[in-house]
Amino acid sequence: MQPLLAPPLRSSLDTRSPEFAENRSTMLEKLAEIDQLLDEAEAGGGPAAHERLAKRNKLPVRERIALVLDPDSPFLELSPLAGYNSDYAIGGGAVLGIGVIAGVECVIFANDPTVLGGALTPYVAKKWMRALEIARDNRIPYVSFVESAGADLRMDPPEEGQKKRRKPAKTNHFAETGRFFYEMIELSKLDIPSVCVVFGSSTAGGAYQPGMSDYNVVIREQSKIFLAGPPLVKMATGEDSDDETLGGAQMHAEVSGLGEYFAEDERDACRLCREVVSHLNWRKPGPPPSLRADDPLLDSEELLGLVSPDLRRPVDVRDLIGRVVDGSRFEEFKPRYGNTLVCGWAGVEGYPVGILGNNGVLTPQAAEKAAHFIQLCNQIDVPLLFFQNLTGFVVGRDFEQAGIIKKGSQMINAVTNSTVPHITLIFGASYGAGTYAMSGRAFNNRFTFIWPTAKIAVMGGKQIAGVMSIVRRGQAARKGIPFDEEMDAKIVEAVEAIQEKGSVALEATGAISDDGIIDPRDTRTVLGICLSVVRNRPIEGAEGYGVFRL
Amino acid sequence: MSFDTLLIANRGEIARRVIRSARAMGIRCVAVYVDADADAPHVTEADEAVRLPDSYLDGKAILEAAQRAGAGAIHPGYGFLSENAAFARACGEAGIVWVGPSPEAIEQMGDKIAAKALAVEVEVPTLPSSEDVTAAADAVGFPLLVKAAAGGGGKGMRVVERRDDLQEAVAAAKREAQSGFGDDRVFLERYVQNSRHVEIQILGDSQGQLIHLGERECSIQRRHQKIIEESPSPRVDDSLRVAMGDAALRLARALGYQSAGTVEFLVDDDSGEFFFLEVNTRLQVEHPVTEAVTGIDLVREQLRVAQGEPLGLTQEQIRFSGAAIEARLYAEDPAAGFLPATGTLVAFDPAETPKVRWDSGVVRGSRIGTQFDPMLAKVIAHAPTRAEAAGRLALALERCHLGGVTTNRDFLVATLRTAEFLAGDTTTDFIARVSPALSLALSDDELRRVARTAALWIHGENRAGANVLKHAPGAWRNARLPDEKVEFGLGEESIGVSYRRLRDGSFAFSDGGRARLHAWTDRTLDAEIDGRRIRSNITRDRDRILVQGARGDVLLDIRPRFDLPGAEQASGGLVAPMPGKVLEVRVAVGDTVRAGETLVVLEAMKMEHPMRAPEDGTVAEVRVAAGDQVENGALLLVVEPADAGESE
Repeated sequence: MQPLLAPPLRSSLDTRSPEFAENRSTMLEKLAEIDQLLDEAEAGGGPAAHERLAKRNKLPVRERIALVLDPDSPFLELSPLAGYNSDYAIGGGAVLGIGVIAGVECVIFANDPTVLGGALTPYVAKKWMRALEIARDNRIPYVSFVESAGADLRMDPPEEGQKKRRKPAKTNHFAETGRFFYEMIELSKLDIPSVCVVFGSSTAGGAYQPGMSDYNVVIREQSKIFLAGPPLVKMATGEDSDDETLGGAQMHAEVSGLGEYFAEDERDACRLCREVVSHLNWRKPGPPPSLRADDPLLDSEELLGLVSPDLRRPVDVRDLIGRVVDGSRFEEFKPRYGNTLVCGWAGVEGYPVGILGNNGVLTPQAAEKAAHFIQLCNQIDVPLLFFQNLTGFVVGRDFEQAGIIKKGSQMINAVTNSTVPHITLIFGASYGAGTYAMSGRAFNNRFTFIWPTAKIAVMGGKQIAGVMSIVRRGQAARKGIPFDEEMDAKIVEAVEAIQEKGSVALEATGAISDDGIIDPRDTRTVLGICLSVVRNRPIEGAEGYGVFRL
Repeated sequence: MSFDTLLIANRGEIARRVIRSARAMGIRCVAVYVDADADAPHVTEADEAVRLPDSYLDGKAILEAAQRAGAGAIHPGYGFLSENAAFARACGEAGIVWVGPSPEAIEQMGDKIAAKALAVEVEVPTLPSSEDVTAAADAVGFPLLVKAAAGGGGKGMRVVERRDDLQEAVAAAKREAQSGFGDDRVFLERYVQNSRHVEIQILGDSQGQLIHLGERECSIQRRHQKIIEESPSPRVDDSLRVAMGDAALRLARALGYQSAGTVEFLVDDDSGEFFFLEVNTRLQVEHPVTEAVTGIDLVREQLRVAQGEPLGLTQEQIRFSGAAIEARLYAEDPAAGFLPATGTLVAFDPAETPKVRWDSGVVRGSRIGTQFDPMLAKVIAHAPTRAEAAGRLALALERCHLGGVTTNRDFLVATLRTAEFLAGDTTTDFIARVSPALSLALSDDELRRVARTAALWIHGENRAGANVLKHAPGAWRNARLPDEKVEFGLGEESIGVSYRRLRDGSFAFSDGGRARLHAWTDRTLDAEIDGRRIRSNITRDRDRILVQGARGDVLLDIRPRFDLPGAEQASGGLVAPMPGKVLEVRVAVGDTVRAGETLVVLEAMKMEHPMRAPEDGTVAEVRVAAGDQVENGALLLVVEPADAGESE
């Protein structure tokens, strides 16, 4: 296979500078913090809950996932830190990820029974929705490991060890979560298989998970699937019943027919799940790698020192690109025009991609170049990578007069109507409408990842605080009252701090507004996995018009 | 007398070895084969091959084959028809050159009693003996040996220490001789307590010139068969060599011997006396050690003599250089009394260095059955000194990637490294006296290392075989998942390996230690494990993996990742302890059995082996029927223990 013919990028990064060393150490500190949080996420509901699980001869959720995966295959966990800084355990009570089962890329959504018995929390709900979305958008089989106590109905005081006092349980997601059933049926209609392994209780609404799946694996004396458990049945009809006859694995395998595969134990269930996937006759319509996948010439370790914690420091996005793409080769499009946005072609693990990376704010020229470039990539069916580091669209009289709204809208139009897969990486700032234009989460991109030091907000904390201060000053002037400078300075400081805190990557990832924080050194691997996953669907650019030379 | 096409009436390593020399002389080679050998290397290497109806002993078919293929001569190798005077005569009558001595010489030496009489006649020392197996026993003296007149290879042979045991031993020897050779004549012979087996290689031409090529010592034997042979013998000095050589030539002259032959002697280790045993009128298995020290190609000489050419060598021209040792690699289980082993040779890759001679009849993938002699190869090391030759031979054996069938390799290596062997203290009782290690003793460290090597190789195999996300690093994670786990079995023992990949591409084992994978191929692994970097040959054979460790190969079972429900038969499974034939199955599925009850009767090595129930229970499965041929380790039937089924 041929590599791209463009020459390799050269580094403009001074790896011996004090800035680089400082950036690197900040990044490593952040990574160490994240590492600790990942350990916390693994602990799920804590050691006591794990002990209870082990006593019942049940496996922890991650053990179950490891067993179902092909040995030695990679596993990309999504939103592992969901629920960060919330009332819920980190991870949110479910594990979501993409892994390889019997040679097939699958999305795996698994309840963590150690966290509130696998109850449906807002975070579990959001991860579940995301799992279904990934299955549908990328056309990959949906594998669910169900063990859920149902909706979180508790109003109890917090459990010991809980950081904060828990607010009354939220069940207001109830109406929204009904959407799952719709989505699951839709998957099936789209010929996307769903395999459900019922590891424990799957009751009430949860019962429809196996109900709506194509294949169900039930486990002897472990799976319990019913619309209403014995207490509710007693309340509703007065009938006395027990778990096994009401919804045990044997009953469903032999009487109701809900369980197609009867497993002796959890390991056996994982084996059966693998067998089911192996018969799916799964074929990937997207083309295999077409370029020679040389390793980058530039060292990916150096990505640790690329970005300053002070996001106002400029970063040349080419230093990121050159450390991620095949052979560091990058063919830049219109390098002399609208140069606050770098556009061009490259390969990642042999998959051709078009890259849009920010080198500053979006100007009218940059937006125009972007719209043109996106159309070109759609013409040749090449997926797009968006590397975000921008404070938004440029503002000011000259730019308004140059039509920044028109040009910006053209870019957003092109992004919206582009039908090749988009994968977005936020490596610096992601502020304002720039987030949208650079195919943010709201623009139906396939995946969004974020670096540990990145920030996401409507605008920078300083800008928000400053704007508010100007507004207050204006109000004071209109009312004719004296402006308390000292007080204003305090407010500005406080607002800035709150904004900064709220915009950090961990907050964003905790709220599941991305697919997870990644180690900068893993960027190439993560993008490579995603570019392979999106090929479970044909890669087809938008049709209808020729390219508008904007 | 000259011929341009030679038929080799043999198989295995000797057929290949004859082809090598013949072809170098410009002679076309015709092989013969039976169906079991259809894909054997001696067949594929020959210029032409002729299928035999069922046996290498079928002289008529072989003569027809020679005529059909236009072969002007037949080389019999050793064994099979090599000492069959009638066949040698039939060749001559059919106008085909017989590569060997005259039928008369074969006939005369084939009869042990006649051979001994001739030896006495030409004043070659013989052991006191008697054909009178009763009254004359005292004249022979005890301990004595009862031997079959038509025998060889230890069959029909008995040591008798006391007069009281004589009658019974004679009776047993007669029975064995009758069944083994169709001739029940036996005789008595003095038994030398500390003896060595030393033989003289002779070579004669049709003009009557006779020379000897020195001695070979073949004292190290198991089950009365040689496994290590060498030249020169550490016990034979120049004067003894001259004396034995002269004795051998006297005998050869009396026989009018031509072609290659061997005169075997027993040397009394204490006195240095030697006694005539027998003459082998053919090429010997161990001939390569003589070739190594003399530089003479014995097969070439045989072929030249057969073509009527003079030897062109005088006794004075024969020079000996260095020391040569041969080891016979057998498919057999030293730990099970050297019983033959069967199976498929999944790996057979002799190392390129150290330089030794491999005369083998097998290749990777060869099936080793019970039909033929289980010798896989002869390995011959030649070095300036005996110690170097022994070291080189041991290392070459150790470095061979070999497995799929149980072999005596580790035993040979252990033998070659014993102090006794290195000191030249090699009497015929060597194995019983020295008892070298029967198999490789693996330390826990070494076993763990081998298991880790296997796990990493499987990691490489899994990645190479991946059909998606092959580009991602193996076992890559961005969050937390349990370590990768592989479980191996070595006999009853279980060895688990779990590891995870680190960011720098190295591996950390859960129970400590690190590894770095340098290169993976489908047959090798180059990895640094716990600070030692070793390149190992590795062969995967379905659910087994053969790993070359520092001291030889280890065959591990790869335990399945998932157990199939209802397939646990680890307990209660009755397994054949050796290859054999099922004579009788005494139970059926559903029968209740008591511990110790005989369930199946197996016949192996001409003996009946009752297979007994390991515990009380019910027969759950019967896998064999009477008449079935089973391999070592084959599952015969499954007994479900009486208290099973009630768990849960």
